[in-house]
Amino acid sequence: MSPSYLAQDPTLADFGRDPWWLVLIKIVFAFAFGLLATLLGVWFERRVVGYMQVRPGPNQVGPFGLLQTLADGLKMAFKEDILPKAADKVVYFFAPTISVICAVTALSVVPFGPMVSIFGHHTPLQVTDVPVAVLLLLACSSMGVYGIVLGGWASGSTYPLLGGLRSSAQMISYEVAMGLSIVAVFMTAGTMSTSGIVAAQGSGTQLTIFGQQLPAPGWYAILLLPSFIIFFIATVGETNRAPFDLPEAESELVAGFMTEYSSLKFALFMLSEYVAMVTMSAVTTTLFLGGWRAPWPITIWEGANSGWWPMLWFFGKVIALVFVFVWLRGTLPRLRYDQFMRFGWKVLLPINLVWILVLSGLRSIEDWDTRGKLIAVGIPAGILLIATLFWPSRRPQPKPTPQEQVDSRPYGSFPLPPMDLQVPPSPRITRVVAEREPANIATGSDSREV
Amino acid sequence: MTTQTVLAAAGSVPGGEAVTFWILAPLALIGAIGMVAARNAVHSALWLVLTMLCLGVFYVLQAGPFIGMVQIIVYTGAIMMLFLFVLMLVGRDSTDSLIETLRGQRVAAIVLGLGFAGLVGSGVYHALEKTTAVGLEQANAEGNVQGIARLLFTKYVFAFELTSALLITAAVGAMVLAHVERRKQDKMDQPATMRARFAPGNYPGPKPGPGVFATSSSVATPARLPDGRLTDRSTPAILPQRELTAEETSLKGTDK
Repeated sequence: MSPSYLAQDPTLADFGRDPWWLVLIKIVFAFAFGLLATLLGVWFERRVVGYMQVRPGPNQVGPFGLLQTLADGLKMAFKEDILPKAADKVVYFFAPTISVICAVTALSVVPFGPMVSIFGHHTPLQVTDVPVAVLLLLACSSMGVYGIVLGGWASGSTYPLLGGLRSSAQMISYEVAMGLSIVAVFMTAGTMSTSGIVAAQGSGTQLTIFGQQLPAPGWYAILLLPSFIIFFIATVGETNRAPFDLPEAESELVAGFMTEYSSLKFALFMLSEYVAMVTMSAVTTTLFLGGWRAPWPITIWEGANSGWWPMLWFFGKVIALVFVFVWLRGTLPRLRYDQFMRFGWKVLLPINLVWILVLSGLRSIEDWDTRGKLIAVGIPAGILLIATLFWPSRRPQPKPTPQEQVDSRPYGSFPLPPMDLQVPPSPRITRVVAEREPANIATGSDSREV
Repeated sequence: MTTQTVLAAAGSVPGGEAVTFWILAPLALIGAIGMVAARNAVHSALWLVLTMLCLGVFYVLQAGPFIGMVQIIVYTGAIMMLFLFVLMLVGRDSTDSLIETLRGQRVAAIVLGLGFAGLVGSGVYHALEKTTAVGLEQANAEGNVQGIARLLFTKYVFAFELTSALLITAAVGAMVLAHVERRKQDKMDQPATMRARFAPGNYPGPKPGPGVFATSSSVATPARLPDGRLTDRSTPAILPQRELTAEETSLKGTDK
């Protein structure tokens, strides 16, 4: 079978035709991918954050410390499982499993690759696909909140409850921004199935600029840049990752919703957090970064988008996005809660709505070609950018001297110590200086003793 | 499975659909009964979540994947989450009291409920027994989502817009009711707040703790301002303010 003969992009009709054992293999693969990604993801995060903070990170267990997470997981399994007296036992037990199930289920509609041949069966590298696959992803992430909220509520103490409350408000707010940024993808791709969206990103239109034929990029991260940025920010909020990790803010809430959890239940919450991070990276890859399609320089090679190779590009993109997650955590301080909410409702949401309006307006103009549309968007955007860059700033007022500031204070103001106050040196410092031996310095480079 | 379900003819019930129905239908019923029977409000909400999830899957089984997913996202994911949010704010120990205010109300409700369910069930069964469903294939000809979108934005666009107007009115109304009106001049920006803070007669910092600049740690001893004056803002209003006597301020012999 020659690659050109095969249809590489699976369509919806290609799904639901596999024998039961093939379905089983795919499900086990997706599940194992989630678990393995967690094992390696925790290690990856700790190593990368360690590198950013100029320390080694875990490097003892296994080569490069790769088995550290496995050791931690085993240790966790043998720890005592504490059930608080005030806990609601059934809900407390089920909350972590809800989180994990929802995080893993989302992997079932993520396309890992194109049509391949497995034991003679011609099948897409994806567990399943439905006409509303992206909505299924949204449903999974919105159901995953229940795990956190119920875990916080069932623990029966204050900090977990506060964490759960924060989490529910946070997820509802950021899901709105997330759903709206996917609308632009739906409008451009014309489908809600994940394989269809990946296929739609494969065919970039041809542009004619100054008489040269240029292939326009097909990735929605470039075509729909505002949607991509908003989606990724909402993703960070949705997965409770820094700088939006308010439900488990350790400086305020101990460990938030998982304060009372221990042993395997705690491990399940950790698992769900990392699986959600990997799942969300995979979804971002699928929706905006061309899915399993090879990036530009590789596409010069004919066979880049066929067979098993695309899985490599897919994993590469997912790892790059996970790195961005870790990078954010290593760089940004946690937001305050009101800042976080204001950002979601007053910044992300309005920008998203305006962008969707602009996009649908552009799409409804049918007699313009791509170049005309690009010009219609690019020139106003460029003018706006230049205007903001060169907008004259107000000249700063000359700052009055401290004495002028003091003199200008009205009568009866708060008393100040005198401006020429001489603070006497502390007696302790003089004693230390007096008792110390004179340092042996500046006597030549060979006799440097410290 | 969904693809096949969407393409499936409406008349025959495939095996998978029947199995899923007979598993989920009892679960949905248990959820509904549990919602009424649970004493804890949060447990009630969770039983309702179970029923709603089952309903969502039923919609998917009935070749309506879009409405099924929207049921899960909107009702289960968002609305029930808001319910839970309120219930959690109220507190987890707020269980309903078991005292019946109306005598025999519970028994009457059960009997009437069962009777009503029986009536509706048998009525629907007899009405639809010999009916064959038609038109599913035509409705889903271009795909389920596209079919809904076409109807929503052509035939029912007015009703759709009207519903959204109603929802926006409700949201704005709720905000107006909950909003505390502040006039423009009442709002102080940051520089104005700072000027008012350092204006004469206002202490700019937090209240000084008693005994900070004093020789005693008693709550009755007022603190001293930087220029040496005593401030009565540091002591509780009900305590009499007094200076320490010379005996009290002298060294107790405990210092080194």
